[in-house]
Amino acid sequence: MRQETMIINMGPQHPSTHGVLRLLLELDGETVITCKPIIGYLHTGIEKNTEYRTWMQGVTYVTRADYLSPFFNELGYCLAVEKLLGVEAPPRAQVIRVLMNELNRISSHLVWLATAGLELGAVSVMLYGFREREILMDVFEEVTGLRMNHAYIRIGGVIMDVPDIGITKMRAFLDEMPSRIDDYERILNDNPIWLERNVGVGVLGADRALELGVTGPVLRAAGVPADLRKDMPYCGYETYDFDVITRTEGDAYARYRIRLDEMRESMKIIAQCLERLEDPGPVMIEDPKIAWPAKLSVGPDGIGNDPAYLHHIMEESMEALIHHFKMVTQGVQVPPGEVYQAVESPRGELGFYVVSNGEHRPYRVKIRDPSFVNLQATPDMVEGALIADAIAAIASIDPVMGGTDR
Amino acid sequence: MAERLRARFPDTIEARGEVTVLVDRDDLLDSLAWLRDDDELSFGFLSSLTATDWPGTDPRFWVVYDLRSIEHDHRARVKVGLAEGDAHVTSVTDMFPTANWHEREVFDFYGIVFDGHPDLTRILLPEGWEGHPLLKTEELGGVNTRYHGAFIPPVDTRTAT
Repeated sequence: MRQETMIINMGPQHPSTHGVLRLLLELDGETVITCKPIIGYLHTGIEKNTEYRTWMQGVTYVTRADYLSPFFNELGYCLAVEKLLGVEAPPRAQVIRVLMNELNRISSHLVWLATAGLELGAVSVMLYGFREREILMDVFEEVTGLRMNHAYIRIGGVIMDVPDIGITKMRAFLDEMPSRIDDYERILNDNPIWLERNVGVGVLGADRALELGVTGPVLRAAGVPADLRKDMPYCGYETYDFDVITRTEGDAYARYRIRLDEMRESMKIIAQCLERLEDPGPVMIEDPKIAWPAKLSVGPDGIGNDPAYLHHIMEESMEALIHHFKMVTQGVQVPPGEVYQAVESPRGELGFYVVSNGEHRPYRVKIRDPSFVNLQATPDMVEGALIADAIAAIASIDPVMGGTDR
Repeated sequence: MAERLRARFPDTIEARGEVTVLVDRDDLLDSLAWLRDDDELSFGFLSSLTATDWPGTDPRFWVVYDLRSIEHDHRARVKVGLAEGDAHVTSVTDMFPTANWHEREVFDFYGIVFDGHPDLTRILLPEGWEGHPLLKTEELGGVNTRYHGAFIPPVDTRTAT
């Protein structure tokens, strides 16, 4: 009998490839012999673009990389620039940063739950995931004016304080969400189909994961308690009470359980943030050579320029107008040097290697995106398995192509 | 940590709480192995690998390895300078399999060649792309994309007409 393998392209336009990921698969029947991920379909030149814009404008570029975790991109970039400048944002701004990051972690994990569920045929889980994510999108809109691409975290702090309506909605979310997570677990934890499709699928051990540079829930599912919030804390994470969730199985099911438990841990952190926000304080550094000059406020038509500030620069003070113009067109000047700053994104280590040559714009911004690195583990997870399991394995990595391709 | 590094690498720089080690191209693999195997350093995790381009200076390129120790929760950076016209360096994929895609990206963006890489092809740009877009000598835009003859004009000509 003649034995032949078949080579097929899965993607780049395939509903289960999380955007535009292409897999070159060599199949023997339904068994995957080799798998080669091909990326780049969403490359937008974000790193090159930042070299042509001011330091401040950089925030609006990097936030678009991994579009499911915009606050993490903004935070990593701003922390790196602040390290170059040798400054720190005020305490209240740090609390707001942590708060928005943890809300974002939950919304990102919810999109993962929804899409991973959909890919395995759990349509109700998809609906639940997007339903709860919508609550958070609403919160983001109240706080930043936008559902994504916020540019809310800025060099030296955040662009404006959290409005009361945002706090109210966050509290409502904290009250509602635990029972929703219980629902997901009741639907999935012991669901025979879910177990059949996830247990023992896409297994990746700790040693191999570390060799491949894998971080985040995929690494923690293999038993390594690596979490930058604990290991190399930033924004005062060492002062918050939360646990790093690990499991030992290293399969798709362990990653699912970890993400659900991480949502609970994030809610613990959010509750602590809300407590700390009861003390007022500045949310932007005072140094006028660094702080963004414009003031924003919430009006009847949403978030926009603060009328009092506009009146001040347009009607009252020529010096204020000159300062505003200079800061907006040139922005901060950053002393020469290089730094690497990483934050723990929903997908793992999100690093920013930022170089300044002393000018008004970055010399180099390298985004070390966790999706880019974690996707390298795909062949390890799917070779030798059935093609249907490849779908579950890739979903369990939670790759976001906007971050992968940048 | 910096003291321990300085004993092995005289060119150790400390700035902004970060440690950078400059190593010679021929000493790269030995240096990384030493950093990985030293019990107090244990730099067994390659976080990031990238490059920077400085036209008009020698060396023109720096290849940058950002290392992390999962055991000790600290970081260090290794940099290798490469001269223009001789921009190639040993691949570290055998020691750090994660370097595979990073090195392809640096090749794609800067044209730096990694000797011994198992599959040194473009990763983010299409096959057949001309040039290496993150070189400082390359404009932002103005590149014929070869896709159905589409052309994106350079930024300085992109003002409203």
